[in-house]
Amino acid sequence: MKKLVQRLGWPGTVALIIILVFVLVALLAPWIAPYPLQGAGGPNVAAKLSPPSADYWLGTDHLGRDILSRIVYGTRVSLTNGMLIVAFSLLIGLPIGLAAGYFGGWIDEALMRGTDVFLAFPALLLAVLMAAALGPGFLNSVIAVAVTWWPWYARLARAEVLVLRGQPYVEAAQLSGVSHWRIILRHILPATGRPLTVQAALDVGPALLTAAALSFLGLGVLPPTADWGQMVDAGRKFFPARWWYSAMPGLTIFAIALAFSVLGDALRDRKGGTGRASA
Amino acid sequence: MELLRYILRRTFLSAFVLVGVTFLVFVVAQVVPSDPAALYAGPRPTAEQIEKARQELNLDAPLPARFATFAGAMASADFGISYKSRRLIAEDLRAYLPATLELAIFSTGLALLIGIPFGVIAAARQGGWADRLCSFGSIAAVAMPTFFLAMILQLIFAQWLGILPLSGRLSREIAISAPLPMVTGFNLIDALIAGRLEAFGDALTHLILPALTLASYPAGVAMRLTRSAMIEILERRHIVAARALGLSEPRILFGHALPNAMGPALTVIGLSFAYALTGAVLIEIIFAWPGLGRYVSEAILAKDFPVIAAVTMVVTICYVVMNLLIDITQALVDPRVALS
Repeated sequence: MKKLVQRLGWPGTVALIIILVFVLVALLAPWIAPYPLQGAGGPNVAAKLSPPSADYWLGTDHLGRDILSRIVYGTRVSLTNGMLIVAFSLLIGLPIGLAAGYFGGWIDEALMRGTDVFLAFPALLLAVLMAAALGPGFLNSVIAVAVTWWPWYARLARAEVLVLRGQPYVEAAQLSGVSHWRIILRHILPATGRPLTVQAALDVGPALLTAAALSFLGLGVLPPTADWGQMVDAGRKFFPARWWYSAMPGLTIFAIALAFSVLGDALRDRKGGTGRASA
Repeated sequence: MELLRYILRRTFLSAFVLVGVTFLVFVVAQVVPSDPAALYAGPRPTAEQIEKARQELNLDAPLPARFATFAGAMASADFGISYKSRRLIAEDLRAYLPATLELAIFSTGLALLIGIPFGVIAAARQGGWADRLCSFGSIAAVAMPTFFLAMILQLIFAQWLGILPLSGRLSREIAISAPLPMVTGFNLIDALIAGRLEAFGDALTHLILPALTLASYPAGVAMRLTRSAMIEILERRHIVAARALGLSEPRILFGHALPNAMGPALTVIGLSFAYALTGAVLIEIIFAWPGLGRYVSEAILAKDFPVIAAVTMVVTICYVVMNLLIDITQALVDPRVALS
């Protein structure tokens, strides 16, 4: 614990703990939620739109479902959403960046100019276009965001490879006739691992923020599955008279995004890397 | 010479990117949706109607030919007609684009106006409470979901305090009873041209909340960039000399240090403009702002792909051109950029 505080500072440590708590909540949702059935979508019309009380700590929605339980269940959607976006983006961006950096020349030029096209789009708009074409749904919204996200990993991976390519051990492997793909997979990929893993873990925050924006627009998970962005949107009809409906999930999104952002800041202060823009 | 080569190369790359963007929009809007002809034919079409739509849309032509038609139409700003309203999309855009641009430009100005002074203060008080507060503010601004911030601002300024309008671009009295003549499409400018100060004031108050919402994220970035640039400059010799001469602190900060730290401002203008253009999709729904964002979100619900494609193209062109202009300006201001 003391070592952690030393490395991240107090704000970074608190942020890390908050993120871990969210992960725990997601894993244990059915046991933590006060009303698991409502969290999973079961209606409870008798208590619709009740304000926060001892029975319903954060109030209820227009179907009487406990907002706290919905938020707890929504944690699963949001976190998996964020992680899948990052994973899909790595799956596309990493091979492209590795190949571009390793082979150089026209392969590099072709791959990176293609990447530029994707970067030229305002990210959210491309995601909206993709999501609209694919139709609403969890996996479609993941793909829609990943399409706008992968170019960053391609660039990051390429930059890492450019440094590694000139290393003596890589040259030694090349001279002893090891195949290119084997060098990339066994000798370069593991070395790029650390900076990429850190960046990828931190990107889960901005990724789930973008996913929340999509589901706010009605392009994410379909009801009755609980989702934060969709809850904020659904509560808009009752805002501000029944403020809790939108405010509670909205604050939750803010809290988790803030935790990722503070943690990223704490890590950057130690390493001196650069941030990135997101929608 | 290096500068000219850099400018030419950047311009060429931007043109290439625009071709790529057109291709991508074509694929997503014309190839991915299951059956554009069924959408075009309207609700519950008969087989004949679909077949007719298929011919009208030229869907039986080979893909390269269809792409050529599409790219040609985009290049001549012929965006076709909306599946839903059957109106000319280009005409709709003429009304909606200025509304979004007005919002984007105004919010970019706000972002600089908020971000830069706070960045200067944070740098001047490095490590102090003011610095920490500013830093936290900038992190919070990045993490805040835009759509949620919009609702909070509406709650505070429109519902509780009642000092700013909740939504819309003009009050009903002006929009319906005495509409502004559309010259540029920018309400602020049109009101001035018509010499109507009350309409100018009305348009301005309607702009503040949506612009503030869109400005929060770029203001946070502007603050950070200004802060780090200022910290570096405050250690330079001419500042030490100015201190030794006994110049007042504000004069040193704003007169001698800040002009040297203006490089980041350009970056922020580009970023903020881009952010406003995309953020508009979310913000314009919440503030009932009659711009591109609201237009496209209605098109999404109706699966009106020509509209979605047209808006994506127009916004992306604005975005690419803006980035090009900023890169060129940056190279002109600081020729070292062209060499790297």
